[in-house]
Amino acid sequence: MIDLLQAIIPPALFFSAPLIFTALGGVFSERSGVVNIGLEGLMVMGAFVGIVFNLNFAEVFGIWTPWVSIFVAMIVSGIFAVIHAIASVSFRADQVVSGIAINFLALGLGVFLTKQWYGKGQTDMISRPFYTTNIPFLSDIPIIGSIFFKGVYLTSYLAIILAFIAWYVLYKTPFGLRLRAVGEHPMAADTNGINVYRMRYVAVIISGLLGGLGGSVFALTIALNFSQSTIVGQGFMSLAAVIFGKWHPLGAMGAALFFGFAQSLSVISAGIPLLQNVPQIFLLVAPYVLTVLALAGFIGRAEAPNALSTPYIKGSR
Amino acid sequence: MSNRLFNILVPLISVFIGLMAGAIIMLIYGYNPLEGYLALWKGAFGDLYFIGETIRQVTPYILTGLAVAFAFRAGLFNIGAEGQVIVGWLAAVWVGTTIEAPMFIHLPLAMLVAALAGAVIAFVPGYLKAKLGVHEVIVTIMFNYIALYSVNSIIRNVLTEHADKTEKIAPTASLSSEWLATLTMYSRVHYGILIALLAALIMWFIITKTTIGYEIRSVGFNQNASRYAGMNVSKNIILAMVISGAFAGLAGSMEGLGTFGNMSIQGGFSGLGFDGIAVALLGANTALGVILAAILFGALKVGALNMPTEAGVPSELVDVIIAFIIFFVASSYMIRWIILRFKKEAK
Amino acid sequence: MEYVIEMLNIRKEFPGIVANDNITLQVKKGEIHALLGENGAGKSTLMNVLFGLYQPEKGEIKIKGQKVNITNPNIANDLGIGMVHQHFMLVEPFTVTQNIILGSEPTKYGQINIKAAEKEVQELSDRYGLRVDPKAKIRDISVGMQQRVEILKMLYRGADVLILDEPTAVLTPQEINEFFEIIESLVDEGKSIILITHKLKEIMQVCDRCTVIRKGVGIGTVNVSETTVEQLATFMVGRSVSFKTEKEKSIPTDVVLKVENVHINDNRNIPVVKGLNLEVRANEIVGIAGIDGNGQTELIEAIAGLKKTESGSVYLNNEPVTNLSPREITEKGLAHIPQDRQKFGLVLDFPVSENIALQTYYQEPYSKNKILNYEKIDELSERIVKEYDVRTPSIHTKTSALSGGNQQKVIIGREVDRSPDLLIAAQPTRGLDVGAIEFIHQKLVEERDKGRAVLLLSFELDEILDVSDRIVVIFDGQIVADLKPEETTEQELGLLMAGNDKKKAGGTN
Repeated sequence: MIDLLQAIIPPALFFSAPLIFTALGGVFSERSGVVNIGLEGLMVMGAFVGIVFNLNFAEVFGIWTPWVSIFVAMIVSGIFAVIHAIASVSFRADQVVSGIAINFLALGLGVFLTKQWYGKGQTDMISRPFYTTNIPFLSDIPIIGSIFFKGVYLTSYLAIILAFIAWYVLYKTPFGLRLRAVGEHPMAADTNGINVYRMRYVAVIISGLLGGLGGSVFALTIALNFSQSTIVGQGFMSLAAVIFGKWHPLGAMGAALFFGFAQSLSVISAGIPLLQNVPQIFLLVAPYVLTVLALAGFIGRAEAPNALSTPYIKGSR
Repeated sequence: MSNRLFNILVPLISVFIGLMAGAIIMLIYGYNPLEGYLALWKGAFGDLYFIGETIRQVTPYILTGLAVAFAFRAGLFNIGAEGQVIVGWLAAVWVGTTIEAPMFIHLPLAMLVAALAGAVIAFVPGYLKAKLGVHEVIVTIMFNYIALYSVNSIIRNVLTEHADKTEKIAPTASLSSEWLATLTMYSRVHYGILIALLAALIMWFIITKTTIGYEIRSVGFNQNASRYAGMNVSKNIILAMVISGAFAGLAGSMEGLGTFGNMSIQGGFSGLGFDGIAVALLGANTALGVILAAILFGALKVGALNMPTEAGVPSELVDVIIAFIIFFVASSYMIRWIILRFKKEAK
Repeated sequence: MEYVIEMLNIRKEFPGIVANDNITLQVKKGEIHALLGENGAGKSTLMNVLFGLYQPEKGEIKIKGQKVNITNPNIANDLGIGMVHQHFMLVEPFTVTQNIILGSEPTKYGQINIKAAEKEVQELSDRYGLRVDPKAKIRDISVGMQQRVEILKMLYRGADVLILDEPTAVLTPQEINEFFEIIESLVDEGKSIILITHKLKEIMQVCDRCTVIRKGVGIGTVNVSETTVEQLATFMVGRSVSFKTEKEKSIPTDVVLKVENVHINDNRNIPVVKGLNLEVRANEIVGIAGIDGNGQTELIEAIAGLKKTESGSVYLNNEPVTNLSPREITEKGLAHIPQDRQKFGLVLDFPVSENIALQTYYQEPYSKNKILNYEKIDELSERIVKEYDVRTPSIHTKTSALSGGNQQKVIIGREVDRSPDLLIAAQPTRGLDVGAIEFIHQKLVEERDKGRAVLLLSFELDEILDVSDRIVVIFDGQIVADLKPEETTEQELGLLMAGNDKKKAGGTN
């Protein structure tokens, strides 16, 4: 049994981390009232920047390269997300459409530049990825230690810690209260002197930062290079986690953990007696089917922020 | 300035800005934009082969564009065209490979089943929207993945024994034509373009001439008022989604019965569904607009393939251009604002 | 002079219209100042200028004699100006306290200090006698309490000048009296109040001075004690108006609508209509008086087939129509002018002609075998536009481009032209100017005189008393009184609407 858990849990954590980061980004954006279908594109941008930076600066930063890479990827994706903010907040574009354009643009730019710089459809493999570690002391705890703290990526724990930070920010600070107010009733927030546009810009940029983090963590732990097919659906799965988690940071984390678990099962199921005979297809589609069921109200009713997807137009009633 | 003129100007300006953005990127990376665009033009219309290939690409674009546009008219955002295409493709190939029948039965049957397959998986999001108010955008995205993985699993485990692609369809189910191929120096153009144009005609007729279209437009603009006027809103939402899915399914059959003649395991999405969103947006959700936008995007996509060889420019530049076009069409509010501004200053 | 607020020669334009032109408003400290004007006259625009939501093109604003530039609501707040909007600005899933502190939250180490905030809200509430629960969620409290939360929100921010936009629209006559007591106590504490309204009686009752706006133009300011209702009305409308609709006495004949022991649930599946009985005869206008939320909306929707009748029966011309589809009931002779014309009555993005066809498009000659005949639709539209005096550039103009009054005329034309046996008019004049109101009242009386049954729902008691031949009062899902308008008063209706007196109750229990 312990062997089994040891075989399941580290990969589940490993697959979940990028989804958790990105889903948290989605929570910020959507809580402020901006739909973010562009999470996929933000991850693409993060993965691309993370890999390219890693390839170019591995010698400069040595063992710190992966950490610096994801930080840079975060910043660049945050800036990239401004495009979504401009279109959907200032220009009142349909937020779904703008998000789709983000996805097109990120992939187009990423692959264009890859071909431009590497002369082929994918980059080289990076030399400085994240490696698994044993967490000091914690990994020595009997049973639990070997399941949760041996052979894991630090980024997985960073993701979980970040979920709690996101929860604190959204529910305990003035910033969070204002952000949620803007997503529920922007005009009420406006009359209370909150700058709705600025809040939404900030929220979308946060989703860019976290989406970029998610994408680069995926690239630096799982993919190890960048190509057209590095990010294929992880962003949409993160979006599913946002909804399945009812727009709550901890809910989104839980959903992302579960989806990561399902994904890891489809990879390692062959080694697990119980799952050997379950067709892989069921594990592959589980996250999506569950999200649909959740939306349909079979797994608790999910209630979206009230002003989600409606652009705020000052002075209209 | 009239609304009509705006509606024509906005897409034109968006396309212009998109192409300018492409030119600027080419300049930044040391390419000559004129050469780049000339290569693109040649790659799309340079000779009969390229024209044939462009038409081949335009064919499914028209259909996915219609699919998205039709749903839009009912106020629905069908992001699921992608999945509906895959399902339609599989259904067409399934009928094409497993049934024996004379052509006048086999070919229409294969297309019909493809349309039905697309309709069936569009039905679920439509039903959830109509009966439970579940937002169709998320459900259709989820269905894209459900469709993708399921179809791959069926190809691998049902249609073949762990092979990567299905057999070729029977000639009786094929849309391809010796005559068209010879005419276009053996491009993959096929009779599907006629089906696509017919579908556009059908959409135009339904939307503007029939009570069905009237109801769908009414529901799309205002569900409450439609209900108060005695229309069955749920029925109309489901119907619009089903018709939309049928168009997308038909687009899949174009790939299965025309372009490829079989189906391979899909590593990711074909992109036809997402591009269909761009086509519908640029075409302002009208049948004629969709045809014109499909021609533009088809030409861009096919022409792009000629850019690396003739001008050294990576073909993905076109994806960037398309992304910009979508941004600006979607931000039409801003374009309107700028036009008004210019007019004011001109006075 | 001791003016706390001076708005001098304000002009505000929107694309295509001048919403405020040369308006001057001067408010003294400690007074209740009415801002009077018809719907659409520009009152809200002027107040939004003062509150910093809009910037004026011309004119200046002085606060306590100092010229100021109010570019956003924060500045207004800092200057001590607070505003309660007609549609409450409250975040539904938040608590009372969260709503009040939003934007100026007390913090401790960067975290919201919710305990301290709740205590402060409680203290403020006690001091002004506002009786709100700081921990309750907005979605769980009554409309009256929500309004008090709005007032608290301003007091919390230290507002000296309170702008109240149509505050009584959502309240019962009794709640209105309580509300006036609250604002009088605020004035006693040294606050100044601007009351935006079009209700003349309220101005006479509580206000000190009154500034009148007509069609965006400032008409002037009067002392309320030196004026009369009639004079204010003339100022507001620009001509003398009679608030009496001309009509003959009616002689009701056959029963057209019969509602028998009907039970209906609301959207949350809570019973709201509880065994209601009602009859409307040909040749009479029956007015339903009641406070919003007592089941009248659900009743009308159930009669029209838009809501499920849980038990009981509805008859139209002695035929059962209970739970038939809206279209079947329409075809049996019902016409319905819905409560919210833009939401329920019209497809605003359709041209006028397609809206006129909204109930008949599927019938011959407007379509055949599902193919529309636009020639016939246009013919019909041209005729209705003419007969009902719809002011529109063309029948192909988008309906959203029409004024509220003309939009309502499109609906009335469409519904009345079908010669229905029963006409339901729900708040048919809400938000319209006096001219349009008079036109609509006339049409209702005309329909009655043609032998039709008319059921009128309105939250304006004046309208109910003026237009109806018979008034029924609805309370808690039942008809609790059945009265003649000439034999009752607004006060009596108010008491009945609040459920205080069941005398004269007809037809129930």
